[in-house]
Amino acid sequence: MPYNCVVLVKQVPDTKQISGKVMKDDGTVNRAALPAIFNPEDLNALELALQIKDKFGGTVTAVTMGLPTAAEVLRQSLFRGADDAVLITDRRCAASDTLATSYILSCAVKTLKYDIVLCGRQAIDGDTAQVGPQLAEKLGIPQISYVENLSDLKDNRLTVRRSIGNGHQIVRCKLPVLLTVLDTANEPRVNAAKHMMKHKKALTPIEIQQKARAELPDADEAAVAAKAQEITESLSKTHSVVKQWNLDDIKADLTWCGVSGSPTKVNRIQSVVLAAKEIRDVEPTEQGITDLIHELIQDNTIA
Amino acid sequence: MIKVNRNGEVWVFAEQHAGQMEDTPLELMGRARTLADTLKVPVGAVLLGHNIDGLAQKMIQFGADKVYLVEDAGLKDYQATSYAKVVCHLIEKFEPQIVLYGATVTGRDLAPRIASTMKAGLTADCTDLRIGEHKVTKTGELHENLLLQIRPAFGGNIIATIINYERWPQMATVREGVMVMPQPHTTRVGEVIHEKANLTPEDLPLEILEEFKTERKVNLKAANIIVAGGAGVGSRDNFKNIWNLANCLGGAVGATRAAIDLGYIDHDHQIGQTGTTVRPKLYIAAGISGAIQHQAGMDESQKIIAINTDPEAPIFCYAHYKIVGDLNMVIPMMVKAIREKI
Repeated sequence: MPYNCVVLVKQVPDTKQISGKVMKDDGTVNRAALPAIFNPEDLNALELALQIKDKFGGTVTAVTMGLPTAAEVLRQSLFRGADDAVLITDRRCAASDTLATSYILSCAVKTLKYDIVLCGRQAIDGDTAQVGPQLAEKLGIPQISYVENLSDLKDNRLTVRRSIGNGHQIVRCKLPVLLTVLDTANEPRVNAAKHMMKHKKALTPIEIQQKARAELPDADEAAVAAKAQEITESLSKTHSVVKQWNLDDIKADLTWCGVSGSPTKVNRIQSVVLAAKEIRDVEPTEQGITDLIHELIQDNTIA
Repeated sequence: MIKVNRNGEVWVFAEQHAGQMEDTPLELMGRARTLADTLKVPVGAVLLGHNIDGLAQKMIQFGADKVYLVEDAGLKDYQATSYAKVVCHLIEKFEPQIVLYGATVTGRDLAPRIASTMKAGLTADCTDLRIGEHKVTKTGELHENLLLQIRPAFGGNIIATIINYERWPQMATVREGVMVMPQPHTTRVGEVIHEKANLTPEDLPLEILEEFKTERKVNLKAANIIVAGGAGVGSRDNFKNIWNLANCLGGAVGATRAAIDLGYIDHDHQIGQTGTTVRPKLYIAAGISGAIQHQAGMDESQKIIAINTDPEAPIFCYAHYKIVGDLNMVIPMMVKAIREKI
């Protein structure tokens, strides 16, 4: 029996690459200076969805909310085997906290057919792990977080192993359900040549527009529009037009989006300035270390 | 969502499994007490489960003025859907102003589901909670007596203070060990309020077929001495130096998230914002550069010795002893010196 999987993915700044240069003089972070990557655990969620498709058939749709450049993670999803990709991009999404984000995502997911919704456990730029459970609530479906593997899927029920920190549970649930997936769940596949061949030119409507303009730098609007139409038709043949939706397309109530939909606000941001305190230098020599240990024994730090 | 209720209580979700109270809610009781005293309101503990009324007294001993006790066979095992429904019902009925959760596996599963239903704000993994004010820049509007939810963010390069002045309750999760567990007072008295769960079969969508738990092997919180390694240790093999030093000091082994991500050691050993917070007598940090997330988990240690090849490593800003050198050389020297002295 085939299953439809929807995978939520996110493009994140690679927070492991943060160095002094990334911090601006005012102590805020210059996001643009960091490489943008596919959120690691979202790759595990995508892998699990692709495994379900490989074994049982069905479809995998990757969905992301972000800037137009976030289309890159959707292309990466198509290259790995996703059937369809949706970019939700709208200036009115800006400054959404996890609650507003989950609301916007829920509006998009509701327009898709799904049996299983998958997300990475958490994104490395915030580490909150909140969007998964909040999205499940908004969709009115159960959630199983911290999924380590899928052990069974039949008769519209799935059985998974979930981590509980110092152990695990085997849990069964009727579909539809939302899973948040751990990095230990699997080893994400790399891009497959056949999918890359098929989708290598996959573009969003914004990108198609930019491409048409770049190809006809001096042409008038009508000619550019015709060119864009031509590119779109050509890409449609290989399902390589990435869907691009704004908040009106998904009929989102603007009250619950962006700033107005976000109850959490920033009171203040402090850059981390470590003030040096009094510190004793210890030479990395036999004598230096022996003196240090002696001192620690003397003051009863070491029994 | 509930309206801003200045008389609302400060609540702690009293997470228990099989009648065993978790440590984190007990730790939160101390801070809940301080926050509630500042706001001049009572502290409430929210206790859900089956055959657990003995735990209500425990929450009172740890500082609760009121315990909201919901006992039901359907609440025997934790499930997000059922627990969220019951807690949301309690929030709507009693309108607390603050609800705190441990950032445990369960807390991080439950709190966002509740926040979504309540359309309320939630801040994850706070390292500090205080009462303070907020001025809205655009309107100049001043909100007093808000919960300041403080957490490192963005790879630890910034510390963000988050507030929620509109859609209450104000909610936050806090990691294990971040707050100091208060002393219980056996003579404290409080009120137990019994509430009904009113669950339907739809509220229990999961069947828990099997559960396997191991005793936690590492008890970092109880250790007097901790030797911790970071990415600078370089390999799982080099990590043996860390184990050796810990063994000869009778201490525990800790690690940074980076060392765990690199596979040098398993995650039970993690110290920091997303791991355990520790306050040992002696903390030896080897090959740890000292990002704020790590600092948040250990800087209340009485003595910190840092070993790093980089003399500019941030850890030297909060260590007491600075050893610039290769830990693979320095640690064997320490082991030798200790064996000779003791």
